[in-house]
Amino acid sequence: MSSEFVQLSLVPMLIGTLASVTCALVGNFLVLRRQSLIGDAVAHVALPGIVGAFLVTGTLAASAMLIGAALAAIIAVLLIELIRKIGKVEPGAAMGVVFTTLFAAGVLLLERTDTSKVHLDVEHALYGNLESLIWLAGESWSSLADPAALAELPAQLPRLAIVLLVIAGFITIFWKELVISTFDAAFAESIGARPGLTSYALIVMVAVAAVAAFDAVGSIIVIAMFICPPAAARLMTDRMGPQMAWSVLFAVLSAVLGYVLAGYGPLWLGARSSVSAAGMIATVSGLILFSCCLFGPRRRGVKIAANQA
Amino acid sequence: MTEPAPQLVTHNGRTLAPAPSDSPLAITGMTVSYGEKPVLFSVDFVTPAGSMVAIVGPNGAGKSTLIKAALGIVPRVSGEVTAFGRPYIEVRHRIAYVPQRASVDWEFPATALDVVIMGLYREIGFLRFAGRRHRQKALECLERVGMASFAHRQIGQLSGGQQQRVFLARALAQDADLYIMDEPFAGVDAATERAIVSVLKDLNAQGRTVICVHHDLSTVRDYFDQVLLLNVRRIAAGPVATTFTAENLQATYGGRLAATQVEALASTVTPANAS
Repeated sequence: MSSEFVQLSLVPMLIGTLASVTCALVGNFLVLRRQSLIGDAVAHVALPGIVGAFLVTGTLAASAMLIGAALAAIIAVLLIELIRKIGKVEPGAAMGVVFTTLFAAGVLLLERTDTSKVHLDVEHALYGNLESLIWLAGESWSSLADPAALAELPAQLPRLAIVLLVIAGFITIFWKELVISTFDAAFAESIGARPGLTSYALIVMVAVAAVAAFDAVGSIIVIAMFICPPAAARLMTDRMGPQMAWSVLFAVLSAVLGYVLAGYGPLWLGARSSVSAAGMIATVSGLILFSCCLFGPRRRGVKIAANQA
Repeated sequence: MTEPAPQLVTHNGRTLAPAPSDSPLAITGMTVSYGEKPVLFSVDFVTPAGSMVAIVGPNGAGKSTLIKAALGIVPRVSGEVTAFGRPYIEVRHRIAYVPQRASVDWEFPATALDVVIMGLYREIGFLRFAGRRHRQKALECLERVGMASFAHRQIGQLSGGQQQRVFLARALAQDADLYIMDEPFAGVDAATERAIVSVLKDLNAQGRTVICVHHDLSTVRDYFDQVLLLNVRRIAAGPVATTFTAENLQATYGGRLAATQVEALASTVTPANAS
């Protein structure tokens, strides 16, 4: 049991957790900026970026994928701005048009591309393949100290760990700029906190997080990772720092609980096969958000009561 | 980096007084447009140092836009802006800007103290976080606007007037020489209005310049000594006593202000800015 866990479950669970935490960190700012859909948009346009990078380089190297997806995200953001200004439509509509169109283009491109030699297909792009990221060399817990076994770890694990470090570093270094420009962009501009540059940098970080999480959970379910933990965290506290901490906690909880429930839950219920881990992670994060809506100490109804007291 | 020499500025055929190089905010020929429609057209305004200025005009006159364009928050089509005789970017640490209260989301997870600490952004510096000294200073600023006891309240739980005072405290934390406020009295209670006026008069007494977008014509004479009457173009500007006249108000508001109202405003109130 224990060795099977290390071989089959430990690494996917870690990857799911890292992806979830990475997305939640940047998601806090998206939710507070009322730009949650940007996460969705960027996650979707990552697909044509990744396929484009594959067409150009012929490999699925992480660096090429990241650059391709980041470029696609920047192009999408510029297109959204362009359509909003020239077409005089509301931002939500511009966003919806741009990301569905680019995503559809990515799907078509993917269908017409010979990707038979690499692990890239439409279903994978949509739902990810967390369960397949197993660690065959990890025969037991002692493998964690075995360099030969460690070298066999799926590449997604170190990649996500690096991305998480980069994003945590970005948020730490530009904490004041991010918070001030999220709360009051005009004031941020007046004091030279560069809100325009900050929001572009944030979008690039969202793109990086989306691409890194892409392998694990696919581009549809990643949106739950961006939005649910931060939205639930907001209902637990009234301050920015604690909100970040709560969102990380909820991200870890939904990833671990979601993975365990997907892998073993159906067996406990007598079913023969497990269900999609990514789907279960998103479901659990949704349930956490729902519970916080009902019981969170900082939900709206409670706030009014506190005001009168 | 050349200091603009005092010279006669000619613009649209009008010759302006030489702009004193130390004017806290000097705007020349500023035009701003959203899309194709000009919101401000060729506006000139030189703020006398140490004055209390009201920017007055009907809705859509471009009052807020004037401020935002001067501070580089919205782009200008044309025009020159200097602050204390230098380009704005070089002296932004001497300027505190208070946006309209309604322009931000007060549900944001922050306490009153957190918001005031934002005013210490430049003082705290890059890669550093607010320390005990900064929190103490922010608390003193809240004290000055009578909000110290609300320091740890989430901002969404404050009344409109209290929120406005938190904004003023954030500006105080910036310790600026020029305070630019967008409708500081909009939707606030009488106690808050008195508190804000008293703080602004204190700042002014220390030689700092205050510019407010102001809506309430009946208090212009009480609160301010200079006025800029604006309706897309500059209608008139100068000391309240000589500029805030029935004629000029009629020109600014057109038919939107009844003639009798204008007369009442311009004649009944005695200049009270000698204090």
